[in-house]
Amino acid sequence: MTAVVVDKLFHAFGQGEMRREVLQNISFTIEPGEVVLLTGPSGCGKTTLLTLIGALRTVQQGQVSVLGQSLQGAGRRRRQQVRRRIGMIFQGHNLLRCLTAEQNVQMGADLLPDLSYRSRRDEARQWLRAVGLEDHMGKVPQDLSGGQKQRVAIARALAANPRLLLADEPTAALDSRTGREVVELLRRLAREQSCAVLMVTHDPRIDDVADRLLQMEDGRLMNAVQ
Amino acid sequence: MNRFWRGRRIPLSWLLLTRQPVRLLVALAGISFAGILMFMQLGFRDGLFDASVTVHRLFDADVVLISPRSASSVRMAGFPRRRLVQTLADPDVEGVTPVHWGLMLWRNPETRRNRAILALGFNPDDPFFVDPTLAEKTDVLKQKGRILFDQLSRPEFGPIADWYRDGRVVETEIAGNRVRVAGLVSLGTSFGADGNLLTSTETFLDLLPQKPPGAIEVGLVRLTPGADPEQVVSRLRKRLPKDVSVLTKQGFIDFEQNYWKSSTSIGFIFTLGAAMGFVVGCVIVYQVLYTDVSDHLPEYATLMAMGYRLSNLLGVVVREGFYLAAMGYVPAYLAGQGLYWFVRDATKLPVGMDLSRALTVMVMILVMCMLSSLLAMRRLIDADPAEIF
Repeated sequence: MTAVVVDKLFHAFGQGEMRREVLQNISFTIEPGEVVLLTGPSGCGKTTLLTLIGALRTVQQGQVSVLGQSLQGAGRRRRQQVRRRIGMIFQGHNLLRCLTAEQNVQMGADLLPDLSYRSRRDEARQWLRAVGLEDHMGKVPQDLSGGQKQRVAIARALAANPRLLLADEPTAALDSRTGREVVELLRRLAREQSCAVLMVTHDPRIDDVADRLLQMEDGRLMNAVQ
Repeated sequence: MNRFWRGRRIPLSWLLLTRQPVRLLVALAGISFAGILMFMQLGFRDGLFDASVTVHRLFDADVVLISPRSASSVRMAGFPRRRLVQTLADPDVEGVTPVHWGLMLWRNPETRRNRAILALGFNPDDPFFVDPTLAEKTDVLKQKGRILFDQLSRPEFGPIADWYRDGRVVETEIAGNRVRVAGLVSLGTSFGADGNLLTSTETFLDLLPQKPPGAIEVGLVRLTPGADPEQVVSRLRKRLPKDVSVLTKQGFIDFEQNYWKSSTSIGFIFTLGAAMGFVVGCVIVYQVLYTDVSDHLPEYATLMAMGYRLSNLLGVVVREGFYLAAMGYVPAYLAGQGLYWFVRDATKLPVGMDLSRALTVMVMILVMCMLSSLLAMRRLIDADPAEIF
């Protein structure tokens, strides 16, 4: 099953004179396990495209189908169910400040159905080990460095066992070396899970981790680089 | 059991609340304060209504006669004593006790200041109190100029009880007549009467010589065992002229309580006070939950983006409200107990914690917190997961 199918997607914000087309005739697909980078200048519609695929916005015109589910005309409930199967990593880490690293990851694992509390906790611990934070499980986000926080966010996104991972500039708040480490970790773990990744970035130093690059400009997809 | 553990989640509401201990403490202080306010106001109100009938409850009577002009225990009017004697014509009436009832000026033997005290005059040979230990004591009143003093009276009447227990001869003046304390009883004060004394009819009339003879304020009627007071009351109402009101004992108690409930603003004031406490509590809890939700809005949005349902998150806010209610109630209850004790000690009013009030305030606090969390939830609906990118 194809992870993402986008076909002739249009999207606009505003009404009447204020109407602004942000996405125009976008079509592409992402295969399972594929790592795709989406680049382009600020304001070209990358994030809008990501939120549409992430079932966070309603599709206006065109086809978006994620993990076999069409999002065309999908209501609140259906979008919420689709989101459960998508992992999301944000520009800021967006961890819950009142929870420890382990509890934050478990908030992801808690979405798994039919698992006991203990096994969900073990799941969370195992993911923290996978991102190399076994010594920081009991720390709250405030006591973690930027790179560590982003790694917790990766563990949290993967703990829900997603088939698709969406990342919005995960390296934006990190220095180049840490950013590189985080992205490589992300790719390795996604590969192991055969989880497709769509990552928005305008950091050209990480282009080489991708299987494919998608370039956007003014709401249009420029070319697909293999 | 298995299902239960499967449902177990990270206690997010609890962790959100306890992340900022100072704010939590302020919130709890506010909720407790509101609870204490409600406890106090409702306690005073019920205490007042209870206290106004402490004496009434003690009477050995099934049916009570009073003047229709009487407004309350502190404004009793007289009616002809003949009316009480007429009730004996009813086959179900076993006996009657005429009672004189009025306020007198009691002179504090220590400071020599005068103060109004509620005096009850009756024939010591007639049954008067239900409680046999009280009834025994009335024997000493057969001697002229003797009174029984209510040791629960306010201290402004003088250290009568202490002196009496020390074995001293306690004498003072009422309206220029010398009286001697011949014993102590425990009746209790009310908002209307700061103190009580019991005496014989003879002494009572000596103390108030201007009273018209043949008039009494209260008539106690005792019925034969098994007689229905309601039926006797309706028979007596038909038989007796309109210059007297016939009430059951409960009717007499209600008459007194109704005066305080409806003819004075006391009930309204205290209920309003309790309502104010409720509103203050609502505002505090709402403020706390609203800022809490606003502060964590990006986090709630993140959870929604991860695939949590809006109802999951609403549940978090409801639980926060519930925890606040539970944690705020305990100190309010304890402080309420302490304050009741303090008020009892200072005012001698029968103010105490009872189960129904404890439950009322608990429900009020719970409603207050739930209502506030419902209002705070509206903020949560603003959380748009698409905005966090």
